[in-house]
Amino acid sequence: MNTSNVKKLILLLALATSGAVVAAEGDVSDSDRIAQYREMISDGNPADFDEMRGEELWKTAGGPKLATLEKCDLGKGAGVVKGAYAELPRYFKDTNKVQDLESRLLTCMSTLQGSSAEAIAAQPFSTEKKPSDISSLATYVAGQSKGIKMAVSVKHPREKEAFEIGKRIFNYRAGPYDFACSTCHATSNVRIRMQDLPNFNIRKDAQAAYTSWPAYRVSQGLTRSFQWRLNDCFRQQRFPEPKFASEATIDLTMFLAVSANGAAFAGPGLKR
Amino acid sequence: MGNPMKIRAAVKDGVTEVKILMQHEMETGMRKDADGALVPAWFITDVKAQYQGRTVLEAQFGQSISKNPYLVFRFQGGAAGEKLTVSWVDNKGDKRSDEATITA
Amino acid sequence: MNINMDRRKVLKAGGSAGLLALFASVGLISPALAEGDRKAFFAKSMDEALSLMGVIVPENSDAIKLTVPEIAENGAVVPVSVVSTLPRVEQISIFVDKNPNVLAANFFMPGGTESMITTRVKMGQTANVIALVKADGKFYRASREVKVTAGGCGG
Repeated sequence: MNTSNVKKLILLLALATSGAVVAAEGDVSDSDRIAQYREMISDGNPADFDEMRGEELWKTAGGPKLATLEKCDLGKGAGVVKGAYAELPRYFKDTNKVQDLESRLLTCMSTLQGSSAEAIAAQPFSTEKKPSDISSLATYVAGQSKGIKMAVSVKHPREKEAFEIGKRIFNYRAGPYDFACSTCHATSNVRIRMQDLPNFNIRKDAQAAYTSWPAYRVSQGLTRSFQWRLNDCFRQQRFPEPKFASEATIDLTMFLAVSANGAAFAGPGLKR
Repeated sequence: MGNPMKIRAAVKDGVTEVKILMQHEMETGMRKDADGALVPAWFITDVKAQYQGRTVLEAQFGQSISKNPYLVFRFQGGAAGEKLTVSWVDNKGDKRSDEATITA
Repeated sequence: MNINMDRRKVLKAGGSAGLLALFASVGLISPALAEGDRKAFFAKSMDEALSLMGVIVPENSDAIKLTVPEIAENGAVVPVSVVSTLPRVEQISIFVDKNPNVLAANFFMPGGTESMITTRVKMGQTANVIALVKADGKFYRASREVKVTAGGCGG
């Protein structure tokens, strides 16, 4: 790396601490090199192990009722896992709610297995020391939609409502830095440090971003769920962390999932 | 006992390509945890792949191999339906062995 | 674990007794390797590692194709692929010259195993990845720099 590039990098790093940075002209080649790196690591994804763990949890009797989750209705009928994630979030009659994957899993784990939703929500994400059951289940279910086109409906009035609220949340500026999701994710050529940020106004960008989660994060050595991804965005905006499986995160997920419609689901992904 | 590996072995034009993904922390012994304590070294030291009683690859690892090690190699021979065994041992003496079926 | 992993082409070795039997039958570590020289894995420099491995200044060779990314987005996972067209390759070793321990791995290729290997290494900083190939009793090398944007040895 020559001196001018080093200076540029230091400048970018300094700017990055205050938020997003508009990519400088002529840095396209670094993006290409990162794309090359991502291509090279795409085979052999450790997220497979989280999928295997989730599948085992799905099929193993558990909870006070000692039941498996194999009768869980993820929207395509009891026990249908294949393709379910490509149509989530959706409206569920039995709960009279729009639910995303994680909130629906929470429903199934409470109703079928008799587990307490509070106890499950207490460990929504994996840590280095302890994997999260609901997170592994989400990885497994999502993986069963690999290659299936995203087709999230907004036909039901409650689905339409969730989409509209999600859109408002995406654009809602607040917090100590007066940030919104859209501050970073509604403009092209914006990045944090070396990472180009997807512009959700551009269909192709939105599709590529949404369909790659859950993902194994190399930097953390863990498989991360979509809900975790959202929480981390809120953390970076200095917002309070949303409650697990809250309506706000479901609605936001609805907005983002709909913007990915038409693209084949490609997760679980493998990321830096 | 270690966690299972994921092994894919596919034969094409008389050559079998083997892809192995192992589950292991591969701690360098130089990393500190959240409390500032050094995390002891813990890594796979030896790997061996065998096909029909014959060793097709042997490897020694140091601390610089990534967490959840990944290997790709190829050997001449192999037919769909035949078995391949991969084993590893780590510096604490933990072991793991898994078998895979070669596919066409 | 009850998981059915057949579709993933993974078969469990069974219970612990079965596992022990399997280890005995495959002879996990051959005596030659168990006694073999692991000292090079503690070497702090390329010179030290090569000397411990009994290698005298290896020749650079165009017959070794070393594929690494120009930039690694995260040093924790840097893909490395080595392919050699040299005849009678017995061993491929991979080094990272600026890691605390420079030797990452040794691969031993018996006859019938092709002269190629792909793996992933950790890199603490921008450094050279070096492939050392032993072919017909002689050592050859190839080297390429990888720029690391986030070190891979910390948290």
